[in-house]
Amino acid sequence: MEPGEAVATGMYYLSGPVIGTGVAVLLTLAIYSFLYADNPVYKFAEHLFVGVSAAYGVAITYHMAVLPLIIDPLFRPQNTPSGQPQYWVIIPALLGLMMFSRFFRRYDWMSRWPIAFMMGIGAGLAIPATVQTSLLPHLYSTMQPLAPMAEGRLDLLTGIDNLLLLVGVVCVLIYFYFSLEHKGVFGVASRVGIWFLMIAFGAGFGNTVMARISLLIGRVQFLRFDVPEIFFPPSP
Amino acid sequence: MKVQVPIAICFIAGMIMLVKFFIPHYWSDRLEEELLNWARIVGAFALVLGISSLLRTHVEKIRRRRRDYGYSFVTLLAFIIACVLGIGWGLDPPSPFDWIFTYVFAPLDATMFSLLAFFVASAAYRTFRARTPEATIMLLTALFVMLGRVPVGDMLAPHGLFVAWAAALGFCIVWAVYPWLRHHTGQAAPYVGLLIIVAPVMVAFSLYLAQSASETTEWLMSVPTIAGKRGIILGVALGSIATSLRIILGIERAHLGGGGGS
Repeated sequence: MEPGEAVATGMYYLSGPVIGTGVAVLLTLAIYSFLYADNPVYKFAEHLFVGVSAAYGVAITYHMAVLPLIIDPLFRPQNTPSGQPQYWVIIPALLGLMMFSRFFRRYDWMSRWPIAFMMGIGAGLAIPATVQTSLLPHLYSTMQPLAPMAEGRLDLLTGIDNLLLLVGVVCVLIYFYFSLEHKGVFGVASRVGIWFLMIAFGAGFGNTVMARISLLIGRVQFLRFDVPEIFFPPSP
Repeated sequence: MKVQVPIAICFIAGMIMLVKFFIPHYWSDRLEEELLNWARIVGAFALVLGISSLLRTHVEKIRRRRRDYGYSFVTLLAFIIACVLGIGWGLDPPSPFDWIFTYVFAPLDATMFSLLAFFVASAAYRTFRARTPEATIMLLTALFVMLGRVPVGDMLAPHGLFVAWAAALGFCIVWAVYPWLRHHTGQAAPYVGLLIIVAPVMVAFSLYLAQSASETTEWLMSVPTIAGKRGIILGVALGSIATSLRIILGIERAHLGGGGGS
C-alpha cells in the first residue's frame, strides 16, 4: 500500500506526505488569517517562518561552504580532489573568525580585516563584470540603426522602436545628470526622462502585482485541488 | 595596523581580481578560484554573525519578558530543530530537512508573498493616486501590463488596447504642458492640446491596428520600459565601477566603520 492510499475501511495510512500536506494546509490558512486581523495563529506562523528561514540559510551554507571548503580539506582530505590536506584554508577560516571580534569592544577593529577582504574581492570582481554584463551590452543594444532594412525594404516600425529606445535612454541619463541645472532643452529632456522612468516603474509594479497574484492562484489551487487529492483520493 | 592593514588587504584582493581578468592563464584562474573560495568561507562566518544577531534579539526579548515574547520561543525552537536536522541528516530527499523545506518553508514562503497580492493594490492606490501626469502614466502602464498578462485583457480589447494607452499618454502630455501651451499659444491652446492627444492615437492606430492586449504589453515591456530601465542600469553600472575603484584605492572607507585607531 502506498503512503496516503485509501484503504477499504476509509482510514488513511498516515505518511510523511499526508502529515506534511496537513501541516502545509494549516500553515497556509494561518497566514491567510491575517486578512481578517493580526492574531496569535498568524504570529505563530510568522515566527515559525523566520526560524525555519534562518535555519535554511545555515544548513545550505554548512553543506555548500563549511563542509567542502573547511572541514573536508582539513579533516577529511580523502573527500577532496587532491586527496591531500590543504592547510591554507586556515587563513580564510581565521579571517572569518575575526568577524566575531565585533562582540568585544577592545578588539572590534580586527573585524575590519575580513570585511576589507570581502569588499576588495567584491569590488575587484564588480568592475569587469559590470563592464561585460551591464555597460557594454546595454550600450550596444541602444545604438541600433534608426532606418533598418528588412528583406531589402525599410522596416519603419523597428526604426521607430529604436528611436524611442535611444531618446528614452538619453533622456533618462540626462535626468540623472545633476552637474547641470535642468532648464531649457536640458529641462525638457529631463522631464521626458521622468516619463520613461514612470513607464518603467509602472510596468515593474504591474509585473510585481501579477507575480503575487500568481502565487495566490498557486496557493488556492493547492487548497482546492492538491489537498483533496491527497486526503480523499479517488477509489481504485 | 587598525586602518592601514585593512586598506592594504582590500587593495591587494581587489587588484588581484581586477588584474586577473586581463591575464587569462591557468594559474590566474586557479588564484581567482581559490580567492573566491576564501570569500565563501569568510561569507559563511558572516552569516553566522548575522544569525547570532537574530538569535540575540529573540533571547533578549524572552529574558526581558517583552510583549509577545512567547513567539520568540517558536522562532528559536524552529531554528534549532531545522538546523540540527539540516546539518545532521543533510538536505537531499528523503531527509527530515527536505520534509521541512517542502511542507513548512515552501508553503509559508509562497503564502507570505501571495498575501501581498491583497495589500499591494490598496497600498499602490494610496501611494500614487493620479495626482500628477507622471503618476497617471505610471498607473496606466501598470494597468495595461496587468491586463496584458491575463486572457481577459485580450477578451476586453482584442484590437486597440494600445490605442487607449496612446490616448491616455496624449492626455497626460497635455495635462503636463497645458500651462506652457496657454502661455505660448493663447486662444489656440485647447486646439493644440487636442492635436497632441490625437497625434499619438493616430500614430498608434495606423501602426498597431491589430494589436492585442498581450502584444501591447510586450511592446510596452520591450521599448519604453526597457528605455527607462536601461537608463537606470547604465547609471548604476557607472556608479558601481566608480565606487569599486574608490574602494580598491582606499578612498572609500565607510565599510571599515568607526572605532578609530591607525
